[in-house]
Amino acid sequence: MERIDDIPTADDQLAEPVAKGRLQALPSVAPATHRVEIRDLSAFYGDHQAVRELSLEFEPATVTAIIGPSGCGKSTMIRCVNRMHEEVAGARSEGKVLLDDLDLHDPAVDVVSVRRAIGMVFQKANPFPTMSIFDNVAAGLRFTGSGRADVSDRVRQALEGAGLWNEVKDRLGKPGAGLSGGQQQRLCIARALAVDPDVILMDEPCSALDPVATLRIEELITELKQQVTIAIVTHNMQQAARVADRTAFMLDGQLVEVGPTERLFTKPEDERTEQYVTGKFG
Amino acid sequence: MEAMSSPGLLAPLSARRRRTDRAARALLGAGTILALVPLALILYYLLRKGLGALDWHFLSSDPTGSYFGDQGGIHSAIVGSVEIVGLAALIALPVGIGVALYLTEFGRGSRLAAGTRFFVDVMTGVPSIVFGLFIYITMVLTGLGGSSFAGWKGSLALALLMLPIVTRSAEVVLLLVPNSLREAALALGAPRWRVVLRVILPTALPGIVTGALLSIARAAGETAPLLFTATIVKGTTYDLGQRMNSLPAQIFDDVRQPQASLVERAWGTSLTLVLMILALTLIARLIQRRSRSTQGAA
Repeated sequence: MERIDDIPTADDQLAEPVAKGRLQALPSVAPATHRVEIRDLSAFYGDHQAVRELSLEFEPATVTAIIGPSGCGKSTMIRCVNRMHEEVAGARSEGKVLLDDLDLHDPAVDVVSVRRAIGMVFQKANPFPTMSIFDNVAAGLRFTGSGRADVSDRVRQALEGAGLWNEVKDRLGKPGAGLSGGQQQRLCIARALAVDPDVILMDEPCSALDPVATLRIEELITELKQQVTIAIVTHNMQQAARVADRTAFMLDGQLVEVGPTERLFTKPEDERTEQYVTGKFG
Repeated sequence: MEAMSSPGLLAPLSARRRRTDRAARALLGAGTILALVPLALILYYLLRKGLGALDWHFLSSDPTGSYFGDQGGIHSAIVGSVEIVGLAALIALPVGIGVALYLTEFGRGSRLAAGTRFFVDVMTGVPSIVFGLFIYITMVLTGLGGSSFAGWKGSLALALLMLPIVTRSAEVVLLLVPNSLREAALALGAPRWRVVLRVILPTALPGIVTGALLSIARAAGETAPLLFTATIVKGTTYDLGQRMNSLPAQIFDDVRQPQASLVERAWGTSLTLVLMILALTLIARLIQRRSRSTQGAA
């Protein structure tokens, strides 16, 4: 519970945002105020460098899309933000990732508290197969040992937040794996929302979904950005254009260009961006 | 359509290919039947020769050891087997599953894991009598725990035998748990031990139970590790610190005797052993099915 107190960093102000999730009883409907700042980030798999000294910011209450061709390092980069990158054998990273001025890559910061503050939605929906719909959403709360009294309230709020409540309210005890692909992905979003994260990272969340389910998730992203800072990796430029306020273009592990989505697509500053968004490569 | 209508697609199957197909199918079918024949014969003889011996007296009385009249039943052997194998399972299952968890979840790719995996493989190949011998030399001859032969020493020998089976089977199942589930749980901010307890073990449970049952069944039928650890006695004892009878040891003892009634008891004992293992397997399957249906899985 008091994990955050273990961090020897004397600066209380820096430690505050990570603790927030557990101090508040109910998910906030307060506007998103948390910003992520990536500074000179490099990421490696063994000798291979996948991300090269990249700097990028995710602004509060906005959706930042990261686009780029396959293998450009966009997934690796986003996985460095909640330190999932280090779960891969032989993987390491350098540089800083600041959440409201607290460096998440500081060795003194507990990786568990980082992930409590920064949720993640994966490419393929991955509900826990042995758990019901309710338990899937409650999983994060139970994993992190939060108070149990209001679990059902928070599950309901998270499911409502993910636009899934009306579809599943009569079968909360049924297994999450029994839902359709799009519903499963929204279940995973609800699961991420339930722990009241400051930021949600989405790694190609719609790449396995049909167009209708994709549209539903995109609407959801637009609704959610008011309460939580969102970064979405996508290989789909139309999707970036539809959901993102700001878009970053990555190539070969480097950030080529970042800016307001419309500007990036209509008046790109870099020649490579223009070639990519007009479909000349990728 | 024109590209599809190549003549090869419409030509009938050649006679040679049809013959080969039929021959291969016949061969596989014959192999399956051949494998089932001994199994069916064993069950047939067990039932034919053993069923006659089974009655309440047989299950509730100890061997008398008298050369005439009532030979008694196998009560002491049933009690001994249940206690010895039960204790062996209590030792081997947690340790074996723990080692498997270390190999798949914590030590993946480490030198210790590679070495452990190698030794587990080697242990799988060690003859069961060697485990008995090891316990005999280190614990029986030294009189460890105040007695020479004892039930718990038999349990240890069986546990050594079960350990590699449990570890190997659990490791295989744990490796099958999709990595996406580990990532999902870790990304929710779960500490690794919680990921293991709440997500990985429940997902792998059916396979782990199957492996555990397999090892218990294997241990329950082992004679060699028990002969010079728990030995063969007649009377019932519930004390694992004493010499203890067991079903395989009882079979071993009876089947060497000249009296027809003792050989018949060996058959009855064999049938009892098979039925007990069958019952254990059925119960485990029922529990599994029930726990799955409470989750409502289709």
